[in-house]
Amino acid sequence: MRTNTIAPPSDDKRWRIVQATMRRHGFAPDALIEALHSAQEAFGYLDDDALRYVGKSLHLPLSRVYGVATFYNLFTLKPQGEHTCVVCMGTACYIKGGPDVLKAIEDAAGVRKGETTPDKKVSLLVARCLGACALAPAVVFDGEMDGQLAPGQAASRIKEWMGDGN
Amino acid sequence: MAIDTVGALPDENGKQRLIVLEHAGKIDPEDIEAYMAVGGYATCSDVLQSMTPAEVIEQIRNSGLRGRGGAGYPVGLKWSTVAKAHGSQKYIVCNGDEGDPGAFMDRSIMEADPHRVLEGMMIAAYAVGASRGYLYVRAEYPLAIKRLKHAIKQAEKHGLLGINISGTPFSLSLQVRLGAGAFVCGEETALLASIEGRRGQPRPRPPYPAESGLWGCPTLINNVETYANIVPILREGAEWFASIGTERSKGTKVFALSGRIARTGMIEVPMGTTLREIIYDIGGGIPDGRTFKAVQTGGPSGGCIPAAHIDTPVDYESLKQVGSMMGSGGMIVMDDSSCMVDVAKYFLEFCMTESCGKCVPCRVGTAQMYGLLEKISEGRASLDDLALLEDLCDMVANTSLCGLGQAAPNPVISTLRYFRDEYMAHIVDKTCPAHVCPVSRKEAVR
Ligand SMILES: Cc1cc2nc3c(=O)[nH]c(=O)nc-3n(C[C@H](O)[C@H](O)[C@H](O)COP(=O)(O)O)c2cc1C
Ligand code: FES
Repeated sequence: MRTNTIAPPSDDKRWRIVQATMRRHGFAPDALIEALHSAQEAFGYLDDDALRYVGKSLHLPLSRVYGVATFYNLFTLKPQGEHTCVVCMGTACYIKGGPDVLKAIEDAAGVRKGETTPDKKVSLLVARCLGACALAPAVVFDGEMDGQLAPGQAASRIKEWMGDGN
Repeated sequence: MAIDTVGALPDENGKQRLIVLEHAGKIDPEDIEAYMAVGGYATCSDVLQSMTPAEVIEQIRNSGLRGRGGAGYPVGLKWSTVAKAHGSQKYIVCNGDEGDPGAFMDRSIMEADPHRVLEGMMIAAYAVGASRGYLYVRAEYPLAIKRLKHAIKQAEKHGLLGINISGTPFSLSLQVRLGAGAFVCGEETALLASIEGRRGQPRPRPPYPAESGLWGCPTLINNVETYANIVPILREGAEWFASIGTERSKGTKVFALSGRIARTGMIEVPMGTTLREIIYDIGGGIPDGRTFKAVQTGGPSGGCIPAAHIDTPVDYESLKQVGSMMGSGGMIVMDDSSCMVDVAKYFLEFCMTESCGKCVPCRVGTAQMYGLLEKISEGRASLDDLALLEDLCDMVANTSLCGLGQAAPNPVISTLRYFRDEYMAHIVDKTCPAHVCPVSRKEAVR
């Protein structure tokens, strides 16, 4: 086990969580994905500071860290909106009208999948099956799964978020 | 105690047989005592006390169990390869990536009966001589991850994992590792790269993981459902297991029924049950007075089986014969509101985006195929484009590095085989019979 710990980029307490994850894995190179998960969970996305800090701590070149962070779909290098909406586009949801739900949500939010509204209120993502196929079409609003949604229902959830009352 | 997990759909006409799902939805998955109260961990402790690793492998071999992750490789054979491989350190891995869209069996098993998976892994580790192991679970399944981690902690506390388990020389430590949203990581060599903290890109085989896997050490990798079958086989005997199913596909298979079907959910049936029995007797048929068109199995690597083949028994060989495959167990039912060109395009888009980019046929070929399908769906394609598409199917299937590219053309090949008239309608008549594709939307505007 390597013990020479690197100082975090700032005294933000959330870095301790990331550090604890890496320590649990003995600062070994295979802790990279776990560490990135932990950083993203703590900060919402992976910025340059996070990538550099994790790389230095695990003794990995930045190219390797960046390569991994950009390879996997779940990692994001951009800050996310206040709310996130994940629309399932897995086969079962696709067959049961997922594309119409996505279109309604895109229209309501005024952004396309993978984007965040300019006011940073809503981020819109798509997933490849959430494992809730029996509830198709499925959408996750801020971590809460909602199933068998009509396009109109989905759009009104987004409009609630976009409205000023939060 | 709260049992919030789902078991199988109700078995109204005796078509199901619960072996893997015997405890699902019936015991508290967060309580090891509940698992032990139904006989849990007794099989593992019997095995450790009274069987040699070779005897365990012999039982698994005689049971005829084949891998449930897709390809159906004989489990006993894989175990004996790992057992024979040289190396002081061996690893055991559980593939819980479940990347096929429309599949949720592995998730349900991990959530509803996590200890069952662990016990299967312990027996496997003992049989092949592995002392460390990983469960690789996709990050999209937070509850499964939480339950597995919790189950590992409980098993450690009970001395079922750790050093010198049950006073024997056998030691095993298990860890959960998270995926990060890459379909290709279900492929075994990509999965191993991901556990090592690298980009999940496959590498050519051989060497197979059984000989050179994690950090170059012999590694056993099996699917969640495969491990969940181990305990009943050793508890009830190989002959019992081999008496269920068909000549070459033994035991049961768990399927996830979804799509345009009356009852959606998980089912477990003996191998050899027909698609008709599954869709009509268990699933309750097609709702809203619509007609059955096709059932998709095998995920993006599989195919669409039309009504003409609805009496096909589900087993590895029969499904292959009709141009699909077992896959991990997703079964998506489609009615006449689905367009088969659109479905093929959907899967191609999936493979194109999920291609890891390492080999050219898959990276470039799937994009070209997608482009052609887009042309067809928009009514801009000629018959030459169709010929080109068929050529590309052949090229991508035969020259790609891993299973993702090799199987990517399957949805196109199978829809062309059974629904060629729909392709012709788009190309020649410039119309989409199901009114799904842009070509018919243009029509409507006109
Ligand atoms: C593109 C691709 C994706 C795969 N995805 C999965 C998966 O999600 N789950 C799984 O168990 N096996 C998956 N496999 C199969 C694995 O490579 C491997 O064969 C399997 O885990 C072996 O376990 P088994 O013998 O118990 O089936 C996939 C294969 C390919 C080529
Ligand atoms: S396809 Fe949407 S949850 Fe499975």
